[in-house]
Amino acid sequence: MAPDTSTPQNIDGSDGNAVDDPQEDEFEARVGLWYTVSQIKRDPTALAGLGIVAVMTAIALFAYIDGVFLDYWFAQTFWYHPNRDPAQAEILLPPYGLTNQIYPTEPGTLAHPLGTDDRGRDIAVRLFYGTRIAITVGIVSTGIALVLGTLVGAVAGYYGGWIDDALMRAAETLFAIPFLVLVIAFMAAFGRNLTYAMIGVGIATIPTFARLIRSRVLSVREEDYIEAARAAGVRDRNIILRHIVPNSFAPVLVQATLQVGINILIIAGLSFLGYGAQPPTASWGQMLSSSRQYLLPDPWFSIWPGLAILITVVGFNLVGDGLRDALDPRINN
Amino acid sequence: MAEPLLTVENLQTQFFTEEGVVRAVDGISFTVEEGELVGLVGESGAGKSVATSSIMRLVEEPGEVVGGTVKYRDQVIIDFEEGPDGERRPSDEMLSNKQMRDEIRGNEIAIIFQDPMEALNPVFTVGSQLKEFIEINRDVSGKEAKQIAIDMLREVGIPEPEERYDSYPHQFSGGMRQRVLIAMALSCEPSLIIADEPTTALDVTVEGQILDLVDELQDKYGTSFVWVTHDMGVVAEICDRVNVMYLGEIIEQAEVDDLFHDTKHPYTQALLKSMPRPDETVEELNPIKGVMPEAINPPPGCRFHTRCPDAREVCRRTRPVYQDVSGPEGYPHRVSCVKYESVGYEDSEPLDTEATAAFGGDIIEAQGESNE
Repeated sequence: MAPDTSTPQNIDGSDGNAVDDPQEDEFEARVGLWYTVSQIKRDPTALAGLGIVAVMTAIALFAYIDGVFLDYWFAQTFWYHPNRDPAQAEILLPPYGLTNQIYPTEPGTLAHPLGTDDRGRDIAVRLFYGTRIAITVGIVSTGIALVLGTLVGAVAGYYGGWIDDALMRAAETLFAIPFLVLVIAFMAAFGRNLTYAMIGVGIATIPTFARLIRSRVLSVREEDYIEAARAAGVRDRNIILRHIVPNSFAPVLVQATLQVGINILIIAGLSFLGYGAQPPTASWGQMLSSSRQYLLPDPWFSIWPGLAILITVVGFNLVGDGLRDALDPRINN
Repeated sequence: MAEPLLTVENLQTQFFTEEGVVRAVDGISFTVEEGELVGLVGESGAGKSVATSSIMRLVEEPGEVVGGTVKYRDQVIIDFEEGPDGERRPSDEMLSNKQMRDEIRGNEIAIIFQDPMEALNPVFTVGSQLKEFIEINRDVSGKEAKQIAIDMLREVGIPEPEERYDSYPHQFSGGMRQRVLIAMALSCEPSLIIADEPTTALDVTVEGQILDLVDELQDKYGTSFVWVTHDMGVVAEICDRVNVMYLGEIIEQAEVDDLFHDTKHPYTQALLKSMPRPDETVEELNPIKGVMPEAINPPPGCRFHTRCPDAREVCRRTRPVYQDVSGPEGYPHRVSCVKYESVGYEDSEPLDTEATAAFGGDIIEAQGESNE
């Protein structure tokens, strides 16, 4: 028999396992990583989303490496060019081949393909480094909410009773407070920077995950294999982590992917309000914020970061939708 | 006689529901000796599964064990004592939840569950689940645990266990999964295995294979079994001793041959009549009439009298005593039926019941002439 029996495709019931009855292939369940991946491959929109997310993540990774290990080689090469002295930088240049109210007759040049901002900084370079922040805040804030929300929801759902009541009422209290107010209050208490923005947004979205996983846990905990584990003397902690959570995780995974996009948007909004990344850090939300005074003379300044946010969020949402379809057996075929 | 492996005395488990208290298990007593295979038989809803999970202390809200004693060797799994205020409460001798988990579940008493399709975690490989249980219950390293797991898979007849170790449950057929569950139960070397209708979900050929396997493994390891089933055929095949349950009570208990050839209780007789037998030719099977009453409000007197073909007036008034009716020698044959008591059964008026008259629904008071 082929050594690889982990993928459902390899099970044909004909070799080696024909002891009881050869109908094994009919039992072939639609589960597993490979099945999910193969479903996504057939879904062009999810594939497009995956492409966007992959490209954005690659850019973010590269920007991170560039910033930490290469001493901003990218910015040095494309902005601090010998011929482009920052002191003489032209502000609000239009993109290549286009004009704006400030430069009605001189189209932009390839030196600044997307134009410059109100301080003469290259927008392309700032977008590039902004990707790093957008992706990081999206993933980290979602990660915080995912881990804590999963724990809270799983514990509440598994134990039930007063533990459930206490945890879920606390989570609902969090839900009852308007989201932005909560995060801004959090940052007012701890300080205005990106780290607290991520933590604040993460904590504020815990209830979303807690409620989602709890509803799954309530049905999973009644499964026989949970009782089998209890009958074998497995500790509650291991039952929750090894048996309950993995079996309740599919909807949470979908929600997490969608939440990354939402959180990018929220933190861009916080930056726009001045509660996220502080200048001079390049972040998309903060770029939007400084561009709003120049909407008429140079609309391009605000279009680019807006477009970047749009594309990234759409990318994550497409992946999330694709995952949901792939993980939901009712939608298949 | 040596000390029994498991002693259950007057075990009571109740479910506190909004409609009232359901007496799912109402004072059952039985013992399991070393190396013995004891059957627990009854219709659906008789309380068999609740009884087994009570023994393991796995009854969940809103259910609760409210009385009785369960002893395993010299460990007290369940014991109640009367407090100074007259309330029954768990006694101090009872094992703590932690001791229960670490010392009893899995390594002393294991359970094989009814539905092999549901009792394996679908997201992990069969091998890793087996290994997990072995690591928890036996003091071995991860590598040894894996070796034991593979050996156990081979033992229960899984071909090429090294390869199948890395398969997922959905890649196994029902019979194979049941074998895996048996391997799981055996791998921790328990002295007692509670098998909760382990072959009900399987077809008869696979059932036969599994029963043979259990027989073989029991000879080899000397493990005791409590075999929960509603199938008298299975009982005849493998059990040494049988307890028949009806509505939360054990109403007859005997050695398997005694039970089949010298059946005492009308319910057991009815059960046997309702089942096809290879040694008798019958035109038509004779099912037990009516449905089991709700355990929330059991009938007065003998609980079976509403469906009993032999019911008489006295059955409705007198609660039968669970007593030994066997002769001087041999294993005790216990039964709870007023027929074997001197409470005037012979002189009592026959009672119209679901088994005697052709009517459905509720019990109607016997009026006028009886059909008996």
